[in-house]
Amino acid sequence: MESVEQLSAARVLVPVQPRKLAKVPFVELAEGRLQGVVSSGSDLARVYVSWIAAGSHDFNCSTNNNRPCGGLYGRLCKHLDLLVEEAVVQYGLERVAHYLRVEASEVGELLGRLNGSHAPGSSAMVFSRFLRHLAYLELPATAEPVAELHWFPGAVR
Amino acid sequence: MLAVHLSALTSPTGADEALALVDGFDAALEHGLGRLSPEHAAALGALAGAVAATPLGAVAAEAADKLAAGAASDSRLLALAGARAAVLGAVHDALLDGFDTALGRTRAPWTPTGETPPSAPSPSGSSPSVPLPSASSPSAPSPVNLLAGCRSWLGELAITGWRGVGHDLVAAADPTIEALLAVPSLRRLAVLVDGLAAELRASSPVATMEHLPVRRWADLWSRAMLLTEPQPAQAGEPVSGRLLLLGVDVHEHGTAVQIQAHGLLETSGETRLVRTSLAAAKVDTIVGAAVWRLFSAYPVLLSALAKRLTLDITGMTLLPSGDLLWNDDQARGGELANPFTVARVQLATGVAPAVPPLERHPVRLAEPVLIEGYSSDGTTVELDGHTLVVERLSGCGPLTPDLVAASTACLGLLRWDGGRWRLQPLAVQATVKRKPVEAHSGDWAEGITDPKLAKAEARHGDAVAVLKERAGRLLRK
Repeated sequence: MESVEQLSAARVLVPVQPRKLAKVPFVELAEGRLQGVVSSGSDLARVYVSWIAAGSHDFNCSTNNNRPCGGLYGRLCKHLDLLVEEAVVQYGLERVAHYLRVEASEVGELLGRLNGSHAPGSSAMVFSRFLRHLAYLELPATAEPVAELHWFPGAVR
Repeated sequence: MLAVHLSALTSPTGADEALALVDGFDAALEHGLGRLSPEHAAALGALAGAVAATPLGAVAAEAADKLAAGAASDSRLLALAGARAAVLGAVHDALLDGFDTALGRTRAPWTPTGETPPSAPSPSGSSPSVPLPSASSPSAPSPVNLLAGCRSWLGELAITGWRGVGHDLVAAADPTIEALLAVPSLRRLAVLVDGLAAELRASSPVATMEHLPVRRWADLWSRAMLLTEPQPAQAGEPVSGRLLLLGVDVHEHGTAVQIQAHGLLETSGETRLVRTSLAAAKVDTIVGAAVWRLFSAYPVLLSALAKRLTLDITGMTLLPSGDLLWNDDQARGGELANPFTVARVQLATGVAPAVPPLERHPVRLAEPVLIEGYSSDGTTVELDGHTLVVERLSGCGPLTPDLVAASTACLGLLRWDGGRWRLQPLAVQATVKRKPVEAHSGDWAEGITDPKLAKAEARHGDAVAVLKERAGRLLRK
């Protein structure tokens, strides 16, 4: 094995797996939460901002205008279920379970073990991270060579 | 490339000693330059000593002394980043010289006159070639302030050391990165710092990590430090002629992707090795063959890659670094040209470009070669007892380790990392089920050509289109 210490192009991050983005355009494991954005099934301009805290598994789901999700009755709503399912596609079950600090060998088991309670808390931060994420796609492409990208081989086989 | 060439590619004299100096600095950076142990202070002194005879000598020595006394400052850290880069630059030069000698490749000399002179002094006394900010947004920080902000975050990282990095320190860079990304002339720095921050974020708290990529992070840190100094722009020349593509290399991290095509440019009476690149911002969920869709505004280049066509170039700008600044409007697809034929006939005659001083680092070595007569298990190739590690098989093309194992000819880039030469295949000719097949890294530039794989990809839908729709609806409200 080559030592990671002395490789300029050592791989630090594992690229995420491709998945369908239509229903859940954004998922991340960040800020101590599994968090993301779920598109509303009925209104194109509305999205739900959902998160589950690592450890406590407390959760919240509300619209981007900060209205609470109607499907939350002291347990996970369908948006949170979807969020977990898509996170598992994107990162793999092991990484998601590890981050949330749950032991589970399949998605159903993982969902069953999330026994937190509905927690207050603003979704504004998560939504603004989503907007920042989308803003990358608005940046123009460039023909100026970026020599620094030689350090980043990306998703290789 | 033959075994005789490979055997001539020895490790250059002094490279191990030079890398030992780099390792010493990197170990100090792991623990932080704010409070140096005597051992780490000595390592900084040794690094500064290595550049004593250069124009950097005096500032590097002073920086090492002051840091040993606990007096860190951004300019002292910059001086040491410069010393580290100079040592690695020398390793790069020796490796490239060795390569050119072994293969008999002719390389154009670097002409400093290719740089535009600085236009006005900046507050730090150096030269901004960065265009001044447009008046569109009065609240946006000027590039000079942005660069200073970025440098001060990098300075904090260095003082803290990788082992002390946690979520708060990484998150502190977010506003700077966002602002850097918005300035096109600072894209290189923005993309680099964004990539480094993502790795640190995912690794936080770094103290719990067992093995740290210390060379890599010190590389990224020191290049970023240097890029916070305004860079002189290279002056290009307009060129016209025929571009024969050899293959395409793809670079990628979560939020950026670059396609870099290598080729031979025939202009009146001259054949030059050139690279042409396109870089786009993206998000982590756009991966694999989907990244090609980010370049849909460049159909001429994509189609030439996918169909293996020559390109007729008119008046496109060529930089002294051998970088052709791609412009789809100045190019037209020509006839079919197999890259293997191009390489067999012309690769040996192409004059290679010089490498700009700031870019001289072993990681940038990516020299097109044609290799035949080897055996391979897919992870290495063996040529008369010489072994090259196979790496960087692009995930957005058809090349796989199995294809490399079944191959008889390989067009690739010779790279160097971790003390040895490596091969990044860009194309192979192989025999699969007793039939000859050929695969190139750019084959999927206009979409996946394998029906089964294309169907699998189609199940995920068009990630770029979905996110652009979401952006269009949610961002401008």
